[in-house]
Amino acid sequence: MGTVILPPWVWTLIGMIVPMVLILALAPVAMMYLTWLERKVIARIQDRVGPNRVGPYGLLQPLADGIKMLTKEDLVPAGADQLCHFLAPVLIVVPSLFLFTLLPFGPGWAAAPLKTGLLFFVAIGSLGTLAIFMAGWGSRNKFSLLGAARTAAQLIAYEVPLVLGLAVVPMITGTMDLGQIVMAQQGRWFITTPWGLTGFFLLLTAGLAEVNRTPFDLPEAESEIVAGFHTEYSGMKFALFYMAEFLSTLALAGLLSTLFLGGWRGPVLPPPLWLGLKTVALVCVMIWFRGTFPRFRMDQLMGFAWKVMLPLSLANLVGAACWALIPGVWGDGAAVGVVAVTFLVTTQLWLAPKPQLTKKWSSRILDQR
Amino acid sequence: MSDRLIYFFLGLFGLAALVVPLLPVVLARFIAPKRPGPVKQQPYECGMEVEGDAWVQFRMHYYLFAILFVVFDVEALFLFPWAVIFRKAGLAGLAAIGIFVGVLLLGWIYAWQEGALEWEQ
Repeated sequence: MGTVILPPWVWTLIGMIVPMVLILALAPVAMMYLTWLERKVIARIQDRVGPNRVGPYGLLQPLADGIKMLTKEDLVPAGADQLCHFLAPVLIVVPSLFLFTLLPFGPGWAAAPLKTGLLFFVAIGSLGTLAIFMAGWGSRNKFSLLGAARTAAQLIAYEVPLVLGLAVVPMITGTMDLGQIVMAQQGRWFITTPWGLTGFFLLLTAGLAEVNRTPFDLPEAESEIVAGFHTEYSGMKFALFYMAEFLSTLALAGLLSTLFLGGWRGPVLPPPLWLGLKTVALVCVMIWFRGTFPRFRMDQLMGFAWKVMLPLSLANLVGAACWALIPGVWGDGAAVGVVAVTFLVTTQLWLAPKPQLTKKWSSRILDQR
Repeated sequence: MSDRLIYFFLGLFGLAALVVPLLPVVLARFIAPKRPGPVKQQPYECGMEVEGDAWVQFRMHYYLFAILFVVFDVEALFLFPWAVIFRKAGLAGLAAIGIFVGVLLLGWIYAWQEGALEWEQ
């Protein structure tokens, strides 16, 4: 057997193409089955059965949905900005695919083990906002534009606590490399530390808002603004928005597992399976939220982001600094104390009735009389 | 892999990733029916006659939130390099970043106090 000696750059290229193809092929499949999982779990929560006609347990339902979407007419409104309208669904999917290259699926098993992985994740993740606005503006529909404006406001509001909340992890580990962060969780997952617990809940909340999931699904509040920014999309383009949303959800759950739940760490089972299990468990929690939580009101949503989440994420930075600098129980106590006090004070300031507001209300009633 | 190689990979990945959304859209162009009409192509307004244009001016208030966002996102950008060397920078670094965040927090308190954080006025 004659072995062909390949030059080293060919091996490098093959080493790049294999993970690329794996991610690009598996991510859409994972997304399809995520829709199935979501429909099944939501159905159970609502005392229904969910999809059960196509294949055993409805397992072929996503495939049937895909075929249906392919055969639907692609409508573009007459006055729309054709280029914006076309590019938006394409540009929203690409960043969400990027996110999977950064996650370490095992020791050193990230497709792109960047030293600044954490920052890159946030940077790429926030590109979706642009695509959403392109969709809203390009459609030339009032509901679309309203939805897009709301989404932009929401996404930038929650971007701040998300990014600030992430900063605690490099503070403690001294690295932004996601692989190194998992390495640093040897023996102790970060969720078991006080700053880690706060950070986990901060990022879960802000992350849910970033991927527009309940209770933060105002951009798609169908009872108010039809379908928000994708009102004027049909067929495959419509499906692409859902693909991006589900892929981002999956990537967010993967990031949270990586940062706080020990990533690929776990006994017996192979590393990628552990990451997968933790990710799916987190996704199930998000679906559970969707099944049980009512939707936020727009002013509550913005108030919560700017008045509670933002100071809380800054307090968590202080807490992490205390935890790292003060040894023992006092450090834990200080970290918990700073966050707890901030939370109580800010929620009080946010929600407590303001005296001048009541005065206004009463004067309005008096004027009517 | 060196960092430069990783960025090359990411660039390559970006090009390849375009296939995922473009393939079904192009495929749908061949499979899906195409029967546009003047009524069908009206912007959707719950079945009512279309009134006015959708491309209108925005509420000023969005601008305020955008400015606040820029302030705090840039703050985060400065926080990350500090966070990485947090243990090495020690108390002096902590004090410096504390002053930096403190000044921005004063601005935030002012914005709240002025009602810039209220959605409805």
